[in-house]
Amino acid sequence: MRRFLSVLVGLLFLGSILAGNVWAKNKIVIGFTMSQTGKLNAESKDQFDGLKLWQDWVNSKGGIYVKALGKRLPVKFVYYDDESSKDRVQQLYVRLINKDGADFLISPYSSGLTASAAIIAEQYGKVMVATGAASDSIFNKGYTHVFQIYTPASRYLTGSLDLLKALDPKAKRLAIIYEQSNFAKAVATAAKKYAEKKGFEVVLFESYAKGTTDFTSFLNKIAAKKPDAIIGGGHFTDGETFAKQLYEQRIRVKLVSLLVAPAVPKFAEIGKAALYVTAPSQWEPKAKYSKEAAQRLGIEWYGPTADWFVREYKKRYGEAPGYHAAGGFVAGLVLQKAIEDAGCLDSEKVVKALEKMNIMTFYGAIAFDTGEYYGRQKAHEMVYLQWQMKNGKLVKEVIWPESAASAKPVYPYYKKY
Amino acid sequence: MEAFVSALLNGVLLGLAYGLAAIGLNLIWGVMKVINLSHGAFIALGMFASYFLFHSFGLSPFVSVILVLALGLVVGMVAYFIALHRVISAPELSTLLSTYSLSLIIIGVGTFVFTTNPRAIDVGLGSLHVLGTYIPAAKVLTGVYSLIFTVLLYIFLYKTWTGKAIRAVSMNRVAAEFMGVNTTFILSLSFGIGIALAMVAGALIASVFPFTILSGGVYELKSFVICVLGGLGSPLGALVGGLVLGLLENVLTLKMSVGYVPFIEFLILVVILLVKPSGLLGKE
Repeated sequence: MRRFLSVLVGLLFLGSILAGNVWAKNKIVIGFTMSQTGKLNAESKDQFDGLKLWQDWVNSKGGIYVKALGKRLPVKFVYYDDESSKDRVQQLYVRLINKDGADFLISPYSSGLTASAAIIAEQYGKVMVATGAASDSIFNKGYTHVFQIYTPASRYLTGSLDLLKALDPKAKRLAIIYEQSNFAKAVATAAKKYAEKKGFEVVLFESYAKGTTDFTSFLNKIAAKKPDAIIGGGHFTDGETFAKQLYEQRIRVKLVSLLVAPAVPKFAEIGKAALYVTAPSQWEPKAKYSKEAAQRLGIEWYGPTADWFVREYKKRYGEAPGYHAAGGFVAGLVLQKAIEDAGCLDSEKVVKALEKMNIMTFYGAIAFDTGEYYGRQKAHEMVYLQWQMKNGKLVKEVIWPESAASAKPVYPYYKKY
Repeated sequence: MEAFVSALLNGVLLGLAYGLAAIGLNLIWGVMKVINLSHGAFIALGMFASYFLFHSFGLSPFVSVILVLALGLVVGMVAYFIALHRVISAPELSTLLSTYSLSLIIIGVGTFVFTTNPRAIDVGLGSLHVLGTYIPAAKVLTGVYSLIFTVLLYIFLYKTWTGKAIRAVSMNRVAAEFMGVNTTFILSLSFGIGIALAMVAGALIASVFPFTILSGGVYELKSFVICVLGGLGSPLGALVGGLVLGLLENVLTLKMSVGYVPFIEFLILVVILLVKPSGLLGKE
């Protein structure tokens, strides 16, 4: 009996070594969770669709080239439904690492879930590319294996101030109105700090309760303080309502930049109230990042072009990709580049490659912070879109930064009255 | 200066709509001694009634409001016989719980059917240029309609036989019955009118602000403050209370943070309760 058991254990041991070797040599296993159910379902699915497109793209070329093995290895995905729940995320990432033998990880969608997954990735020393997560606070916890794709919340609205400065150096008075939510507050506070540093005068800095539908009091205040620009917002409904009431009261401001709402296509339903409103977005199909732009900036171009991505995505899913999908694709792309640069599948070597990374993709520039906020995205810029009128129809155009712009900004906002 | 004028106008217009909503609550309390906790739910129902009439039949909220009024009257009277008739003579706690359960049912079913996604009615009337400021036309119409409905209610209560019967029942139900008033009918009618006014107020507010099935709660709370402020049982008091609240919300915020306004509103509520519990225009 004892001999039988020891033989069995021995066989299992041998088997696991063999299996391990076979796995490591034949394919690269990338593990992640997605929210197939729960409140994050819609965005998470877009992110997954983008990631899946990357997998097919890279596998159609034979996989990722690993120098140490002298050949290309195809990419295999292992993923589970995290039910949009933090607790599930932690259980599942442990499983992905221990049981499914994931070589590398990609984050779930959203800052909250990513923060949970990051703890596990760090504990097990696995590289995790974080996409769909804009929070800064994930990156000041001392993790050394988590790398961010999105522009962090602290830089969400700072670009609109750069835009204003470029358009009209004399515009100095700024009103910041934001929703009482963690995300909007973080964005607004960072924008205020940046504005004061850049010489703007913040004449109004106020928050509104979640679910506010009547912005009259804020608009009256704005009318009294006469700011040049209004920035802020929070989520979709409040942002849309704010833009609508701003127009109804004919507030004379030169620039309006709101979070989230104007980036959503549904924003067009408020008609002329949407016109000339600007918003930050991680990426837009119209963003014109190109090889030439990369050359001008002296950094390496990597991966397919935006045209290719938009075309293939449409062909496959029947709709234009949004920034969630682009973020998914680029998460895979960044991992691919890091593995190629490292030349092996060793986590620590891949980390070194990520530290050194400085590339331009169709989604914009990618480079990571190595200081206090280790792993935080430092090169990628938000693109700023503006609702403009083309042939009698409202369309989103990218107006900033100049390297990505698809149209000239219309300024001032009150031109439409 | 422009900002001040705008705040004043907005405050008055919104105050009139708040007042109209509060009158519904006030009437039910005055006549039936019932604290109607389903008030907010019916305001939300009014919003949705208006929404569907607009999107299914293309009726502007300012036309369909008559239908909403009729609907409210019927729904209110039916609700009276289902939820209140049997407990109308019971202690106040029973009617309070009864209307609360009505509210839970409406909100629960409403959440299931309509979800809590925000909706809006875009009447597309543009804005009016008044005294150097722009006011959405829908807001102006909402204020004007609220005033008209209040005046109509006043005429009804003071000039018609049925209105006088309602007031008689509110003064003394037993005596009114002795005088040949069909009190059951009058009570159900009063509840119907109260609900109809709540739904009309909801329908009008829906033309200005976006809403969900849960939006009624905010206006219910305001209605309670207004009723206490203006005096329970006094329709005119409710209108005055509404105006006070509307002006507070719009004018005060010119100089202070918007977050403080609910604090001031409820502080006033407490002070009124301490100093003049019958309200500004209430009778002792």
